[in-house]
Amino acid sequence: MNLHEYQAKQLLHCHGVAVPASEVCETPEAARAVADKLFAAGEKLMVVKSQIHAGGRGKGTFKSGFQGGVKLCKSAQDVEDKARAMLGQVLVTKQTGPDGRLVRKVLVAAAPDIRKEFYLAVLLDRATSRPMVMASTEGGVDIEEVAASTPEKIIKESIDPSLGFQAWQGRKIAAALGLRGELMGQAAKLLKSVYDTWWATDASLVEVNPLCIVDGRDGKPQLVAVDAKMSLDDNGLFRHPDILAMRDLGEEAPLEIEAGKHSLNYIKLDGSIACLVNGAGLAMATMDIIKHFGGEPANFLDVGGGASKDQVTAAFRIILADPSVRGILVNIFGGIMDCNVIATGIVDAVRETGLKLPLVVRLEGNNVAAGKKTLAESGLTIIGGDTMADAAQKVVKAVGA
Amino acid sequence: MAILVTPQTKVLIQGITGSFGARHAQLSLSYGTQVVAGVTPGKGGQTFRHETHEVPIFDTIAEAVKATGATASAVFVPPPFAADAILEGVGAGLELVVAITEGIPVVDMVRARHAMQGSKTRLIGPNCPGVVTPGEGPDSRGGCRIGISPGYIHRKGNIGVVSRSGTLTYEAVWQLTCRGVGQSTCVGIGGDPVNGTSHLDVIKMFMADPETHGIIMIGEIGGSAEEEAAAWIKEHGTKPVAGFIAGATAPPGRRMGHAGAIISGGKGTAEAKITAFREAGIGIATTPSDMADTLLKMM
Repeated sequence: MNLHEYQAKQLLHCHGVAVPASEVCETPEAARAVADKLFAAGEKLMVVKSQIHAGGRGKGTFKSGFQGGVKLCKSAQDVEDKARAMLGQVLVTKQTGPDGRLVRKVLVAAAPDIRKEFYLAVLLDRATSRPMVMASTEGGVDIEEVAASTPEKIIKESIDPSLGFQAWQGRKIAAALGLRGELMGQAAKLLKSVYDTWWATDASLVEVNPLCIVDGRDGKPQLVAVDAKMSLDDNGLFRHPDILAMRDLGEEAPLEIEAGKHSLNYIKLDGSIACLVNGAGLAMATMDIIKHFGGEPANFLDVGGGASKDQVTAAFRIILADPSVRGILVNIFGGIMDCNVIATGIVDAVRETGLKLPLVVRLEGNNVAAGKKTLAESGLTIIGGDTMADAAQKVVKAVGA
Repeated sequence: MAILVTPQTKVLIQGITGSFGARHAQLSLSYGTQVVAGVTPGKGGQTFRHETHEVPIFDTIAEAVKATGATASAVFVPPPFAADAILEGVGAGLELVVAITEGIPVVDMVRARHAMQGSKTRLIGPNCPGVVTPGEGPDSRGGCRIGISPGYIHRKGNIGVVSRSGTLTYEAVWQLTCRGVGQSTCVGIGGDPVNGTSHLDVIKMFMADPETHGIIMIGEIGGSAEEEAAAWIKEHGTKPVAGFIAGATAPPGRRMGHAGAIISGGKGTAEAKITAFREAGIGIATTPSDMADTLLKMM
C-alpha cells in the first residue's frame, strides 16, 4: 500500500523527523487559510504541492493545460489561486502514465531556504535479508539515474535487525555525506528516526528525497525532510489499523479494488487476452505464454487455492468489465482443488455473465476427466486446451491477435 | 537418499487443529507421511484422527519432540503468529521447519532469520507449498509430503525440482511424471522476499545427492536468488540444470501475487535472470510447457 506525501510526513514527524510546517487542504479556501496562518507565523515563502501517489509532480502538466504540480507562492492569494488550479484537475507526470491522476488534495507547506539536498531511503536489502539505509549527496534527482551513472555516490549501510540503527552508524553516514560539526549529531538522530519509522510501521520503503539543509529560524542550519514517500508491506497492515485507514482508494484501479473484495489477486494490464489462473507463479507464466504466442495479456489474475463458484463468477465479471478484453484463457492446475468444481464454476459464470467472447479452458490435475466432461456437456462454446502451449495458441488464434 | 526428507522422517504439524492444517494433515497421512504429532497451544492431550491414524496433539513442540522423536515440522499457523511458531521449532532443535503460511510481515521474517543464524534448523519458506520426497507406492504414496502439494502428481525418480511457485511447480512435476521420469525431491522455497532457504541452498544439496541426476529450477521476477544460483552453477555445477523464469510480461513496481515477485528500481527482471541462466549453461524453457523436455534433452 502506498501513502501520500502528507501522510508519510505525518508518520515521520511522529517518530521525530523534522518536516516543514504544513497542512493538507481540499479546497482553495482552506489552502488560503493555512497560508495566512503560516505567513503570520513568520514564514516568507509557501509551496503548494499536489498530492498523488506518483513522482515527477513538479514537471508534470494538468490536462487543463496548467503547468506544474508543485508551485512556490509568495502570497496567500497566490496559494489560493494555485490550489484552485490544481484541485479537481488531472495531473499527468512521467510516472502517472498518460491518464494522469485526479488531484483531490494539496499540501500547503512553508518553503524553506534550501542550502543543500540529499537522498535518504530505508528499504529491505533482499541479498542479505536485512534492512538497509541508502543515502547520497545527490538529492532532489532520480536516484536510479545516480545509481546508473555515479554509483559510488550512493552510501549503503546494513542494519542489524536485533540492534536496530546504531548511533555510530548515523555518524558514519553523516561523515560520508559531508555533514560535520553540529549537523553530524542532527543527521545521526534524524537517520535513526527515519529507520525507526520504517521498522515501526512495517514499511517496505521510506524515501526522503530531498532531505535538505535549510536555514532554521534561529539562523542555524537544520535538516528537514522536504519530500517524503512511503510504501507499506501489505502483510503488516493488519497490525496498523491507523495506517490502513490512510488508504486512498482513489489512487487504486477500481477493478483491482473490486477484486480485492473477493479475495482475488488482480492486476490490470494493457492487452486483450484475459487470464484466470490458480497460483501466482502459474498466473505470471500464463501471461508470459500468451505473449510468447503473439497475444497481449489483459491482466494478471490469481484465484488462489480456494476458488469457490462465487469467486469464479466474480473473477469473470471483473475480467469482462475491462472493455479491451476480446478473449479469455482459463488455466487451472487442480492440486488440491478439484477440476470439476472449477469447471462447474466456469459454466455457471459463463451463463450468469452471458459471455460471448472466445473462452479457452485448460484444466489439469485432480479430477480433470470429470471437469472436462462438465465443460463438454454444458452446451456452451468452450475451447479446450491440452497443454499450456496448446491453450495459449488457441486463445491467441481465436482473438485474431 | 533424496534431500531434506525421506519416507521415514517424523513430522509434526503446527496448527493441526485449524481447518487448513487439518485438511493437509489428512492428505499427508493418506500419502504415507509419518505424521507423528500435532502442536496447537491449549489443545494438548487431544487426538487428531484420520482413517486409522491417531495423532497425539501437544501444547508445545518440545513436548511433542520428547514424546515422539519428531525432527521436522510443517507450520500451518496464521500470519500474526507464524514467525513465533517458526522460532519455537528452532528453539526446540528441530532439523527442518517448513513454513506454509502466506502473509507473514517481512519484518517478522527479517527478525526470525537473524535469530536463526548459527542454529542447526533449516527453514523452508514461508509462503511455500512445502517439500515432497515421492514414495514407491501407487501415485507415489509411501513418501514424505510436508505441505500442500498434491501427492499423486509425483513419481519416485532422479530429478530434483526447486521452485518459488506452487502450481507452476506442479506443472513441471506433472510433465516429468507423464513422461515416466520421476523426482528425487521437490522443494518449494516460497514466494516471499525473505525466506529460509534459497534456490542455491537447494541446488547445492541436489548436486551432492547421489539420487539426483538432473535439476529443474523455477524462478520468477524479484530479487537476485536465481542469478546467485546461476553463478555458482557455472563454476561448480556437475549435473544438468534446466530452468524457467516466470514474469517476463510483468509490469515494473507491481507485486505479482507473491510478496517477493516485484521488479524494484529496475532490479529483479526476468530478462536479467534468463541472461544469467544462459551464461551458466542452464537449459532455458521458453514456455512453461517445455520445462521437463528442456531438461530431458540435456540428459
